[in-house]
Amino acid sequence: MQWGTETNCLLSRESTHMLENLAELLEVDVDIELHQGGYLMPAYTEKMAGQFKKNLELQNTLDIPARWVTPQEAKEIVPLLNTDGMIGATFCAKDGHCNPFKATEAYARAARRLGVEIRTYTEVTGLYAECCNIRKVKTTTGDISTSHVVMAAGGYSKPLCRTVGVEIPLYPERHEILVTEPVDPVQEAMVMSFHHNLYCQQSPHGSFIMGIGHPDLPESFDTRSSWEFLQEMARRVLKVLPGLAGLNVIRQWAGLYDMSPDRQPILGPVGGVDGLHIAAGFSGHGFMISPVVGRIVAEKLLGLPTVLPVDMFDAGRFQRGELFIEPSVV
Amino acid sequence: MSDDIIVCRCEDIKLSEIRGHIEQGAHTTEEIKRRCRCGMGPCQGRTCMPIVAQELSKATGKSVGEIQLPTFRQPTAAIKLGALTGGDGDD
Repeated sequence: MQWGTETNCLLSRESTHMLENLAELLEVDVDIELHQGGYLMPAYTEKMAGQFKKNLELQNTLDIPARWVTPQEAKEIVPLLNTDGMIGATFCAKDGHCNPFKATEAYARAARRLGVEIRTYTEVTGLYAECCNIRKVKTTTGDISTSHVVMAAGGYSKPLCRTVGVEIPLYPERHEILVTEPVDPVQEAMVMSFHHNLYCQQSPHGSFIMGIGHPDLPESFDTRSSWEFLQEMARRVLKVLPGLAGLNVIRQWAGLYDMSPDRQPILGPVGGVDGLHIAAGFSGHGFMISPVVGRIVAEKLLGLPTVLPVDMFDAGRFQRGELFIEPSVV
Repeated sequence: MSDDIIVCRCEDIKLSEIRGHIEQGAHTTEEIKRRCRCGMGPCQGRTCMPIVAQELSKATGKSVGEIQLPTFRQPTAAIKLGALTGGDGDD
């Protein structure tokens, strides 16, 4: 919840509340393995510390329980932390993570109970519009007639929108991640260092998970792993958490962020084709805010007032030059 | 085979759990892996996945050869983070 804009603070705060009670909200018997061990975000430069403190002021006015901690206090929170060169850090104990497979399963079960048909192993191959109105979704298991489509296909939203002549400025960015063998719990909090551009957490299962992005690679849908990543990740993480040197890496993989020009999502209808709504371009923080975004998308489709304002994320903002600037995003 | 037999030695998954997930509709190795961590340990499913494939074959009527195995990932053998930076001083 440690964001630098009111919009993102509220989206993540409300989503956290929903995730805390998801099984009850959805009336399903699924444990999403929510673990709120906090996020620790160390600052290494005066500029970074200044921005973090400004963010804290905003977060605290919005009832987000984040606080400034000294290097010594940071080490008490994360005992393996190397505090050399660290000015301090921000810490929010209510931040956390949960199992995305389990959360998806919970939503799928609740949706099926409401009569939703989910076609698994079915690829959407394109959309079909007539006179600027959405008519069909084309899939590998047949066409689906509809007047409304929510485009939530991540990095693949751009090529799919192009099948009806709509251009959205998204691009995929490859991120790589690794997991270690499981060990006894030693790190409750996730460490997120903007300075080293990495994150590292210990999962409830005991394994450490850590990753970095490749913002400088040419745009592609490549999701292969690289050998360079293992070395680069090891170099960076051992500067922050040198105590992990003895841990065995057992697996690595890669995935795509769906990036937008201002690293914030596109939410809502898009000009040119009626009935096409976009929920994409989350730029790496989509799962975190997905519960409340799902609610907002449903409210918008039904023409109801939305629980939080999201008009600043409309698809036309790039053309108007009204980027949404979030100072605290990886 | 007894239901209590351990199928995935890395993650301690019993045959009865695998059968339970298949009964609930998980009909691919990827779905079973995501539900219970079977095959996500250091050996990456070298022991358990042939057994899971057999169970899926029995449940779906497909031959074992048609059951797709999960992606095998780098590194082939586990390696310590410290070892990965071990040569840095020599460059």
